[in-house]
Amino acid sequence: MTPHMLTRSLDRGATMFLAIVAACGILIPLSNLLLPAGSFFQVPTYLVALWGKYVCYAILALSIDLIWGYCGILSLGHGAFFALGGYAMGMYLMRQIGTRGVYGNPILPDFMVFLNWQKLPWYWYGFDMFWFAALMVLFVPGLLAFCFGWLAFRSRVTGVYLSIITQAMTYALLLGFFRNDFGFGGNNGLTDFKDILGFNVQAEGTRATLFALSCLALIAGFLICRAIVTSKLGKVLIAIRDAESRTRFLGYRVESYKLFVFTVSACMAGVAGALYVPQVGIINPSEFAPGNSIEAVIWVAVGGRGTLVGAALGAVVVNYAKTFFTSGVLAPYWLFMLGALFILVTLLLPKGIVGTFNSWWEPFKAKRPAETTESAAAEDGVSEPDMAE
Amino acid sequence: MLTKSTHDIAASFSRRGLLAATAGLMLGLASFTGAKAADDTIKVGVLHSLSGTMAISETTLKDTILFLIDEQNKKGGVNGKKLEAVVVDPASNWPLFAEKARELITKDKVAVVFGCWTSVSRKSVLPVFKELNSILFYPVQYEGEESERNVFYTGAAPNQQAIPAVDYLMKEEKVKRWVLAGTDYVYPRTTNKILEAYLKSKGVAQEDIMINYTPFGHSDWQTIVADIKKFGSAGKKTAVVSTINGDANVPFYKELGNQGIKAKDIPVVAFSVGEEELAGIDTKPLVGHLAAWNYFQSIKTPANEKFIKEWQAYTKNPKRTTNDPMEAHVIGFNMWVKAVEKVKSTDPDKVIAALPGIEAPNLTGGTSKMLPNHHITKPVFIGEIKGNGQFDVVWKTPSLVPGDAWSKELDGSKDLIGDWVEKKCGNYNVKTNKCLGSGS
Amino acid sequence: MLAKLPARLCTLALSFLLIAFALPALAGPFEDAVAKFANDDFSDTEEAIGAVASSGNPLAFPIINALQDGRLMADPDSKKVYVTGTDGKSIDATTGQPVASVPDGASAVRLNNRLRRSVDAALGSLTLQSPDLSTRIQAAQSVFKSHEETALEAVDAALAKETNKSARTALGEARAAILLFKSDATEVEKLEAVATLKARGDQDALALLSDTGSDQPASVTKAAASAIGSIQSSLAVWSTVQNAWYGLSLGSVLLLAAIGLAITFGVMGVINMAHGEMVMLGAYTTFVVQEVIRTRYPALFDYSLIIAVPLAFLVSGAIGVLIERSIIRFLYGRPLETLLATWGLSLVLQQAVRTAFGPTNREVGNPSWMSGAFELGQITITYNRLWILCFTLAVFAILLAMLRYTALGLEMRAVTQNRRMAASMGIATSRVDALTFGLGSGIAGIAGVALSQIDNVSPNLGQSYIIDSFMVVVFGGVGNLWGTLVGAFTLGIANKFLEPVAGAVLGKIAILVLIILFIQKRPRGLFALKGRAVEA
Repeated sequence: MTPHMLTRSLDRGATMFLAIVAACGILIPLSNLLLPAGSFFQVPTYLVALWGKYVCYAILALSIDLIWGYCGILSLGHGAFFALGGYAMGMYLMRQIGTRGVYGNPILPDFMVFLNWQKLPWYWYGFDMFWFAALMVLFVPGLLAFCFGWLAFRSRVTGVYLSIITQAMTYALLLGFFRNDFGFGGNNGLTDFKDILGFNVQAEGTRATLFALSCLALIAGFLICRAIVTSKLGKVLIAIRDAESRTRFLGYRVESYKLFVFTVSACMAGVAGALYVPQVGIINPSEFAPGNSIEAVIWVAVGGRGTLVGAALGAVVVNYAKTFFTSGVLAPYWLFMLGALFILVTLLLPKGIVGTFNSWWEPFKAKRPAETTESAAAEDGVSEPDMAE
Repeated sequence: MLTKSTHDIAASFSRRGLLAATAGLMLGLASFTGAKAADDTIKVGVLHSLSGTMAISETTLKDTILFLIDEQNKKGGVNGKKLEAVVVDPASNWPLFAEKARELITKDKVAVVFGCWTSVSRKSVLPVFKELNSILFYPVQYEGEESERNVFYTGAAPNQQAIPAVDYLMKEEKVKRWVLAGTDYVYPRTTNKILEAYLKSKGVAQEDIMINYTPFGHSDWQTIVADIKKFGSAGKKTAVVSTINGDANVPFYKELGNQGIKAKDIPVVAFSVGEEELAGIDTKPLVGHLAAWNYFQSIKTPANEKFIKEWQAYTKNPKRTTNDPMEAHVIGFNMWVKAVEKVKSTDPDKVIAALPGIEAPNLTGGTSKMLPNHHITKPVFIGEIKGNGQFDVVWKTPSLVPGDAWSKELDGSKDLIGDWVEKKCGNYNVKTNKCLGSGS
Repeated sequence: MLAKLPARLCTLALSFLLIAFALPALAGPFEDAVAKFANDDFSDTEEAIGAVASSGNPLAFPIINALQDGRLMADPDSKKVYVTGTDGKSIDATTGQPVASVPDGASAVRLNNRLRRSVDAALGSLTLQSPDLSTRIQAAQSVFKSHEETALEAVDAALAKETNKSARTALGEARAAILLFKSDATEVEKLEAVATLKARGDQDALALLSDTGSDQPASVTKAAASAIGSIQSSLAVWSTVQNAWYGLSLGSVLLLAAIGLAITFGVMGVINMAHGEMVMLGAYTTFVVQEVIRTRYPALFDYSLIIAVPLAFLVSGAIGVLIERSIIRFLYGRPLETLLATWGLSLVLQQAVRTAFGPTNREVGNPSWMSGAFELGQITITYNRLWILCFTLAVFAILLAMLRYTALGLEMRAVTQNRRMAASMGIATSRVDALTFGLGSGIAGIAGVALSQIDNVSPNLGQSYIIDSFMVVVFGGVGNLWGTLVGAFTLGIANKFLEPVAGAVLGKIAILVLIILFIQKRPRGLFALKGRAVEA
């Protein structure tokens, strides 16, 4: 990614988005730490943790948008990559507990002690080192995505078939991680973290820093996605999305492009998961639940498929609504609202918030080449393989 | 509150040098604000799932707390203040439990939280309660191996449910061969580990113990029931100890009934099947199968009959059942009220210090006591399923059983005790006289 | 009560009554034993059962029989015990004299499992000569299970008079079971017993043989060992048969859940994530039907499922048509959006049901013809599974016939194969779409009726089937009903053969991984539709 490519790829919306994220990433932690608790402008710690979670979801949404919005691959199992990244981080945090676990065992995590495990399973080796865990955060989801994608794309599993087998993948992982014999803490997962790189996970300073880091990761993720979709590679991806067979006949190796972008997307999801875990304090198999992955897809749809800003925005909006509606009198009706949102957005707002906004706004703007990309990207997959015809 | 957070800010600054320069300036602002004056109500948090898979069990507990608060307010509240419930819906989503707990404590400033059902939801909120120093009452039977300063466990520990049940089967039914069947999560795993060790200490051979785990919501029990049948026809009296969770029970019992496994041939004793679960099954083929609990709706005591009557009046449903975790909430709520009245404050530190030793009547005629390890004393009942979906108590412990936070049967925990009164430690090793891990 | 007793017992009764009259003043062991029932103590009750059963008193049978049915009333104050007949009239348990009414303080004598076994054993030896054949066989089987030496005489007496072949076999097996454990039985008798048990050849026989112990003569131990070996090898064969049956049964459940989806997804290409909720609605329809029947027309309970099937079809089908008209028709050609919208719909439907019916499980009873099991060789076949298998195949056949021979079926196939061409030929494609979707949903609804018999009826019912259903359809090949059939049974059987080896969880994971790999090999499933239509 040359600097030239970066500047070329930024239009005004993207710049604004980056500025807002950067501002949040700086101002929220500062306000939380520096202003006195209870003052009007101070952001309470619980909000920092909450927004940190949203930002992680936004990164996940970006990663889904990259493959769904720009390459037409609808993965209903992206939660699996997110969770794997989370588990890698969780394993590091588990190892950091050391002798402070309830049984005081210096090596084994608590859940292994009370299930009478005698020694650490081999796949836990190395996770006491941060660099190794950080590498695994990228490597494990990436490897899974690579293997899965290599098999699936090469044999031209497309459209809904791919969606369904990604769902099968995350479901199989869900069942696997539920098993206590797998050595990942079973249903309880990994929890009771103490510190990260020597800093207490609970401390306000650490939370604020994690929040800032999440914002930074969001910015980085955005820039990477942006760079990919505006490059020549991105054009090929969009071509694949709109007419896969034609692109293949033009001589492009479709499966290699798909595989590349799928793997990148999985790594991004892994990073999102890794940042998510220390902020919420637990990682457990329910993150693999197919429902979670589908929900993540709807964030993208709400925000605007094929617009990177929209994906991030959608994640934040839907999750904010979730937080808001699951307390108070409306709590029992939350699922009605979420369900209705799914239906209404697909029926009435097929382009999502940002896509719709763009199509209103465009007539007022001078047309620039960058935007034709944007609007082309905002189109949904009409030309996907259509079962009904 | 104020001093604490200022201190924390200072602490975090000293670690994060880059911010230290501005610290002095900003700390000056700290004097600006003061804690909000206490209102004339005490807020009580209710953290039970109202949607999603756990709603099936937890909705009732939310109603229970609302009912108890209602009753308490009719009596004039606590310390002259009315109680006010703050209900949130963690939607059976474990990270959401942590988020909602944080919201309850920080935003709504509740004095106490009653909530959680699954172990994972408790584990998920634990760090939050520790960090923000609040109080959680946890009403469900669980695997033990935990004693936290901020949590009060009013459900049964394994020694208050599993071990007495096995004793009963050994003594009364002369069971020699055991099937330990459970859903694959931590409660059955730990309980079965404890039971396995216990059975072996009683001279049961390894080949007379069969352990089987199934996934959540398992619905096709044909193979497993056939295996149990086969295992049970080896000439020795066999029983099934079931830690099968919630939803999977109905198909399990249906298959048992259909394959003709009668209680008199192979009795099943369950730890997670109560009145509420049986409401979904025709119990006639199941008559004689057992459950071990600390409370049954059918127990005839004046306190219980009064409670059931008022509860059914409150819910306007004359058929509404009661169950064990509800009773745990009743005990826990009354203990909390007594503690708050004793220290005339809802300050968490004071209430936590006051709670051990507090006694509250349970609904089965005894008086439960909060122990220094934050578990309570409870009677244990073995009930047989009757044709009407209720239980007939066939055995009970002669006195109340104190809950063990740490199992004496497991190698890792046999030397540990929880004692928040003298040792100020949840996992104190009596052999080495050390508080393990971070302790507090 | 007495009239029901066999004639022989009556004569016996008469003679005992004479003795009783001859010695009126003595409160004998029988009276003492009966009084123990009033103590409400399980070990006293057990002693009482033993004493009463072996007393030879003609009242023994009515007492024990009443005890089993919860009709033996005991008054803790007066220590009097009464037998309440099925007709509501009571007699005094010690004298057999009718009494006007049982005192208010009396309650039924309680049983626990140990006592139920004693009751069974006691009833067994008391009813060995019952005039009713099935009672006799049952009695012989209870004796076989308890195999107590005291019953030997009764068994021999019964055997001498028994003429029915199967009853004789049962009695012979009971006798063998007793002799095998009788310490003073001769070696010859024991060897015969081993041979009889070997001929029985089931789990119970195996249990008895492996329990013989070491104090047997060497020849008996040896014979027992060889019998065990032969039974075990025959049981191993049976267990394969059993696994196959379980697989068929699981396959039928999968097929039932997936068959509606095979229409909506396979034929129309609509990814209906709310399919599971259509199944759930069918199950709740069954619940409502049963509720109405229970409160209004209890006599119809056995027909409740037959009534529920068309209703469930209509309810789910109507909702299906409604969904198609209001949501899905706007999303044709956008399968992925359909997926999201129907997922949202499934959340709404789940929560709606949760609000309307409460979050807890609802009780759906099994009609009598769906309960219980029968033995086929050495395997147990439960009626509910058998009926579900038959039902599934019937639904499949009807559906297949409908698609092939009706006008609607023809139009459906036409629209599936080439929508534009079909439209050009004058087929109202949108009407066909709505009806097809309604058909798929309706079939999901009747699947719900069947699934309510084996699973929870709760708002989450549908979710547990949705992923499996998709796997079946994708594995079998989209657009091909036969593929769905083969797919469902293949997955069911594979699952059941993996389960004993790998355990339930790993078995399921293995199946999922296999499907993922299989899709790589054949991206369009087992039976792929060929031609341009699919590629579109």
